[in-house]
Amino acid sequence: MEKVLTRNIGPEQHTTNLAAYKANYGYRGLKKALTEMSPDDCQAAVKNSNLRGRGGAGFPTGMKWSFVPKGDACSPGHKYLVCNADEMEPGTFKDRLLMECDPHQLIEGMLLAAYTIGADIAYIFIRGEYLVAIQRLRDAIAECYANSYLGERILGSDFSLEMYVHPSAGRYICGEETALINALEGKRANPRAKPPFPQVSGLWGRPTIVNNVETLCNIPHIIDHGADWFKTLGVGEDSGTKLFGVSGKVNNPGCWELPMGTPIREIVEDHAGGMRDGFQLKGFLPGGGSTDFLVPEHLDLAMDYNVIGAAGSRMGTGTMIILDDRTCPVGMVLNLIRFFAQESCGFCTPCRDGLPWSRQVLEDIENGAGRAEDLETLAYQVKYIGAIGNTHCALAPGAMEPLQSAMKYFYDDFVQHIDAGHCPYHNGKGAL
Amino acid sequence: MTQDMIQTDLNSVLSHEEIQAIDAELAHVPYKSGAAIDALKIVQAKRGWVSDDCLIAIARYLQMSAEQLEGVATFYNLIYRRPVGEKVILFCDSVSCWISNSDGIKAKISDLLGIDYGGTTLDNRYTLLPVPCLGACDRAPVMMVGEDLVTHLDEARVQLLFGQTTEANKD
Repeated sequence: MEKVLTRNIGPEQHTTNLAAYKANYGYRGLKKALTEMSPDDCQAAVKNSNLRGRGGAGFPTGMKWSFVPKGDACSPGHKYLVCNADEMEPGTFKDRLLMECDPHQLIEGMLLAAYTIGADIAYIFIRGEYLVAIQRLRDAIAECYANSYLGERILGSDFSLEMYVHPSAGRYICGEETALINALEGKRANPRAKPPFPQVSGLWGRPTIVNNVETLCNIPHIIDHGADWFKTLGVGEDSGTKLFGVSGKVNNPGCWELPMGTPIREIVEDHAGGMRDGFQLKGFLPGGGSTDFLVPEHLDLAMDYNVIGAAGSRMGTGTMIILDDRTCPVGMVLNLIRFFAQESCGFCTPCRDGLPWSRQVLEDIENGAGRAEDLETLAYQVKYIGAIGNTHCALAPGAMEPLQSAMKYFYDDFVQHIDAGHCPYHNGKGAL
Repeated sequence: MTQDMIQTDLNSVLSHEEIQAIDAELAHVPYKSGAAIDALKIVQAKRGWVSDDCLIAIARYLQMSAEQLEGVATFYNLIYRRPVGEKVILFCDSVSCWISNSDGIKAKISDLLGIDYGGTTLDNRYTLLPVPCLGACDRAPVMMVGEDLVTHLDEARVQLLFGQTTEANKD
């Protein structure tokens, strides 16, 4: 398969400086756009490519960009492009790789996105713990300023862009785009009500696009090679390639660039090397901690947004977490619900009070103090906390996804905990 | 309060370098409170944490109430409002590390250092805190010790890292 996003990334191979990036066709897409393509041409290419957001929601990128007011429809002032590099979805480890190993690819993608939507200021909102990525991005940005790839009149064109790296001070909710904007404004990262959508009124009340790292890294290749080429990269119904990852009790946990639509079995068995000796696959979260469990019968599904959606889950970030037969599914869900309860911003009641309630019920079950009616309580919580519209943002409904699917596929495990009065795996002491 | 008095008060708490760094951030934001998180991080960078005095000084400089800035400071888990040790251990307690026995590793660290989450060792070298997924799940379990990401944790690795600090921290 042709490597696209990781063409500069391999074992022991990092392309962190401008010369090395340019030597492998780096900034060719930018030069093409600035000399041959209008922003509308770029917009059309991205829309026609059918690129969908790689941060988890899968929203079509071209459509998102099309909502930004342009020309006379936009009042005078700044427009912003924000790269969401706040990779905090449990089990997700793909954007770190792209930023640490090929920072210029992200910068080129941001330049092209900013050119398309007419942004003049760009931020990379990156989690504060990603110290290596922060330094490499800052170094790469400095190189760009020194060589006319950033700043005034880029490469002699009429296009100018300022770019800043903004390390986050923490909290998972910052990955929600309106919460991220509040954090950039120096406030508590509570999500905002929508509408207005950020495309119209975002950072400092100005039009703002927030895109994930991997999404933006696709843009140089779409501009350079065209939408039709990009569509041929997928082997299923979606376009392009994707970084897929596997963690858990497999032989070779890792992250690989593969065509969109690659069957799950191929990812788990060929690339991740299958289950370690003594462990069987019991289930998996296909795309991070806020996606529904799938089970071995789903292994032959393609990793496409709609295919995984039809199976009752979400592709999310495309980085899978494997549940093996020796790890307690109740304990695993408890770990996830603990995380979501802790990371709730506290703004709305179902999330602030509902998630700790779910955590308490799960703790009781895992610790052997569960009662039969607890299962009804959990089902009630899933119904009310999990319904989109009952909460201010998608955090709590996302938290309910692993819980509701665990109760669907591993119901017997919940019952066994309650009947036996203890965790049948290893007494809630984590996995072996 | 006059401007002079505010300046005097500030200079007794915040260093010249800190105020300069905050001024640089203020150049990018349309109103002063927009630099609140940056200012907290600037002050924390050298001091390790943000004391009440510093918080009040920053709030005055940014023309915010101390209460408003406290609301921001306590929202974010990487802003420390209590003193921390020379190095903060950010221990990943999320799902992929949990599957790989992070609970057992955490217990071993607590045992070696004599502290639980939120605690600082008696010799002030380490503060232990939980952190959400560090994005290195293929190398689980993982933690950060100061600025270093430490991967593939097991009991032997942890013993090697913290074993010699044990005696100094026994009561």
